[in-house]
Amino acid sequence: MSEVKKVLFGPILANNPIALQILGICSALAVTSSMSVSLVMAIALTLVTAFSNFFISIIRNHIPSSIRIIVQMIIIASLVIVVDQVLRAFAFEISKQLSVFVGLIITNCIVMGRAEAYAMQNGPVMSFLDGIGNGLGYSAMLMVVAFFRELLGAGKLFGHVVFQTVQNGGWYQPNGLMLLPPSAFFVIGLIIWVLRSAKKEQVEEPEFKIAANSRAQEAL
Amino acid sequence: MASGNESIKKTILVALALCLVCSIFVAAAAVGLKPIQKANKALDRKQNILAAAGMLEPGKSVDELFKRVETRIVNLDTGEFATPEELKAAGINPLTYDQKAAAQNPKLSRALPADEDPADIKRRAKYAPVYLVMSGDKINKIVLPVHGYGLWSTMYGFIALKNDYSTVVGFGFYDQGETPGLGGEVDNPNWKALWKGKEVYNNQGKPVIRLVKGGVNNASPDAVHEVDALSGATLTSRGVTHLVQYWMGKHGFGPFLAKLRSKGVQ
Repeated sequence: MSEVKKVLFGPILANNPIALQILGICSALAVTSSMSVSLVMAIALTLVTAFSNFFISIIRNHIPSSIRIIVQMIIIASLVIVVDQVLRAFAFEISKQLSVFVGLIITNCIVMGRAEAYAMQNGPVMSFLDGIGNGLGYSAMLMVVAFFRELLGAGKLFGHVVFQTVQNGGWYQPNGLMLLPPSAFFVIGLIIWVLRSAKKEQVEEPEFKIAANSRAQEAL
Repeated sequence: MASGNESIKKTILVALALCLVCSIFVAAAAVGLKPIQKANKALDRKQNILAAAGMLEPGKSVDELFKRVETRIVNLDTGEFATPEELKAAGINPLTYDQKAAAQNPKLSRALPADEDPADIKRRAKYAPVYLVMSGDKINKIVLPVHGYGLWSTMYGFIALKNDYSTVVGFGFYDQGETPGLGGEVDNPNWKALWKGKEVYNNQGKPVIRLVKGGVNNASPDAVHEVDALSGATLTSRGVTHLVQYWMGKHGFGPFLAKLRSKGVQ
């Protein structure tokens, strides 16, 4: 049971795919300017990761290793197309905003990474849970980033006005930078800082040691 | 790993089986959901037309409201409504005509030389749909599709005019990819509201409506042709000015609107 718990909830804080493994950054930058769009993206990615893990795990003993990446890609791509079609049919407004990013789930490193690292070695049920778990980790991160970006950038949450902005006769001067993708870098960076201050074991060994200061004479 | 997985026979077999299963899966989803997607697109378009004309009422079905709107096709070269024979020859059904697709079809469009193309649209379809809001048998408002290039994207929108064919009733884009928060403010309802009551044409019949930096000076005699530009979005604002002037001008709906104004085309 603890194994299930670890697989399902481990990726949220202890082993977050975005904060610790720094995977899936591209879409985390692109879609997090509003919370409702982020939520749909998070659900889509969670479903794709879970089901691709599930299907790959089912046929893992029959995949020839020479074409295993291609096989994984085909399964992931098929699932993503189906998700995209479903969104266009049932969440048209949001699918317009997500536009190309649903299609880009195919290239999301989290999906590929879990398929290759987990689903190829584990049974279908555990793989499915692993997909859900990593999707939750991604979702948690996306929602936190989107919370700050939408609140500070537009004064809204889920499209509902929280801070009345100056343009609409209120007091809040929105920070336009928060609506642009680079701001997600700052927010994610700050979250990683907080996370690693709280959980010291996440801090990586530096690859290179910076030498002590050289003496002033040498510099002259 | 089961032995024999690496043989060429097994590799090809697995690849084939997988492709077959996946393609059936994907095709089923695409075909099965197509009708709903098409309905969504059509509904979205109708909703935007109604929004431009200021006819959107919360709680009322879009299809119901759209019954008051008549869709006609205009030949932009002659400035007349396309005759049924003409439409038949061109293979156009007014209700399903897609101007975007027609602009890519050499038979239904032409490439624009650079000096005739301020809105940077490259190709212009020969026919364009117009939406007439009727009251009785008279035209009350007219909604015209417009598009042009902003900073990053081609912006698609509708402009609605009163039956003097110059006064703006409403304006808005339904598809654009400008910078959120800056150029993306073309979707801001407060900005769109500024268009209401502006005049497209001056006394000489030239389309002079434009966006101005620094805000409109209401004391100036030109204020009726001017709308505030978007702050921090010079190129998007320029794009909006160009596309409105282009589509209201002599290569766009200009001749058609002039005819409507002078004699009332039926």
